[in-house]
Amino acid sequence: MGKRRGVESSIAMADAVAMCDVDAIAAYPITPQTHIVEHLSELVYNGELDAEFVPVESEHSAMSACCGMSAAGARTFTATSSQGLLLMNEIVHIVPAMRLPVVMAVANRAISAPISIWNDHGDLASVRDTGWLQIVAENGQECFDMMPLAFRVAEDKRVHLPIMVHFDGFIVSHMIEAIAYWEPEQVKEFLPPFEPQIRLDIHNPVAMGIVGVPEIYYETRLAQHQALLDSLKVIKEAFDDLERIVGRRYNVVETYNMDKAEIALVMMGSLSETAMSAVKAMKEKGIEVGIIRPRVWRPFPTEDFLAAVKNVKALGLVDRAFTFGGHSHPLATEIKSVLYGSPVQPKIAEFTLGIGGRDVKVEDIVGMYGSLVDMLEGKDVPRIQYVGVRE
Amino acid sequence: MADKYELSWKEIPMGFVFDKPMASRENLTGSWRSERPVWDHSKCIKCGVCYMYCPEGCIHETEEGYFQADYDYCKGCGICVQECWTQCIKFVPEES
Ligand code: SF4
Ligand code: SF4
Repeated sequence: MGKRRGVESSIAMADAVAMCDVDAIAAYPITPQTHIVEHLSELVYNGELDAEFVPVESEHSAMSACCGMSAAGARTFTATSSQGLLLMNEIVHIVPAMRLPVVMAVANRAISAPISIWNDHGDLASVRDTGWLQIVAENGQECFDMMPLAFRVAEDKRVHLPIMVHFDGFIVSHMIEAIAYWEPEQVKEFLPPFEPQIRLDIHNPVAMGIVGVPEIYYETRLAQHQALLDSLKVIKEAFDDLERIVGRRYNVVETYNMDKAEIALVMMGSLSETAMSAVKAMKEKGIEVGIIRPRVWRPFPTEDFLAAVKNVKALGLVDRAFTFGGHSHPLATEIKSVLYGSPVQPKIAEFTLGIGGRDVKVEDIVGMYGSLVDMLEGKDVPRIQYVGVRE
Repeated sequence: MADKYELSWKEIPMGFVFDKPMASRENLTGSWRSERPVWDHSKCIKCGVCYMYCPEGCIHETEEGYFQADYDYCKGCGICVQECWTQCIKFVPEES
């Protein structure tokens, strides 16, 4: 295993992308993502990384350039956040439909207005239905490891779809952690060279992104949906191989203390690190509670999630974004649709917290577990609780 | 071209990439036309404005330097009729 070094997660991610021998990067700086592409541009202009770096004038152009470069057969990377992700939205939908395996890091940040550079999952929620594979990382090590994983899965000829790696802005992106870099031979063993299944080639001309008249558009959409669903097994294979090569185990749904617990919170991203302290605090009170963390958000790992909740009696669904005017917020909506009609029927409470950079304390999470205990004891618990909001 | 529209969703090529470039030529858009532009070359000053404006790119220059539409592709939009300086292009209903 590579040596651990104290490094900011963003810099480590950029180093991981460079180790993957990326061919092309197009990006526009936006807080809190900036350090990733800044570091990549340094590596390119210092001659340490042989790649095309296209400094564009907007995120719309960044994703457009990535679309073209990937279509030309280049291993392509970009990164963004919040408003940047919104500005590139048009092309974000086009890239998966054209089956181009672009890798994008998204440092999750709240959406305007009011203007907020701080962290929540508003941007993550906004791209749910774009057709990208989406992985939500917890910490800097995971961010590093997910870079070679993302290129491998995206470029796999059975997948050939783009991947977003989400991670919490500032909380993870600007955190200095002890991160184990891979050895170059490990990257080489894990990540084969990119062999595009479709590409722009003047000797074998093709037309990409053509018109889909009513007689065929429907079929293309179902084909795209199935390709995304089918990618789950390729992700699992890659997780197995990653463990074999670098010794770290990743699962599509991560669990913590779930062998004993009948009470669990479902959440995504770095929040689970704080929640682990809450689990320990509950243990000291003599109550076993656990955490279920979908690492893969798209395709949603339904079977793995149901296996993780099979013994749960009280389930808390924790959202860090709003679905304005909806019955529930994004994560809760997804999980409830997965549970509907399944043999597992825990009692459910929904929570929203950590919005727009609002700090989440261990006590907040202990409080949510407390609500789940109350619910199991038959006490009335509000259907949705806005934890930490001023009344 | 036509068979592309009969594929099942399982047969859709990856990314709906189409490997026959120039296939749009097989799509004879002339069938859309309800009126056709007809040239009276006696008034034509050979300025090429009709050729420049045709959105279909289906007007070509003849050996004598006059201009003429390819009716396999002319959609009958009437832009050439509108733009011709000397009003030498007439719009004639297809039935007649
Ligand atoms: S009618 Fe329209 S399509 Fe036909 S030749 Fe004139 S400009 Fe071109
Ligand atoms: S625009 Fe009229 S005058 Fe000019 S080339 Fe065409 S037909 Fe002739």
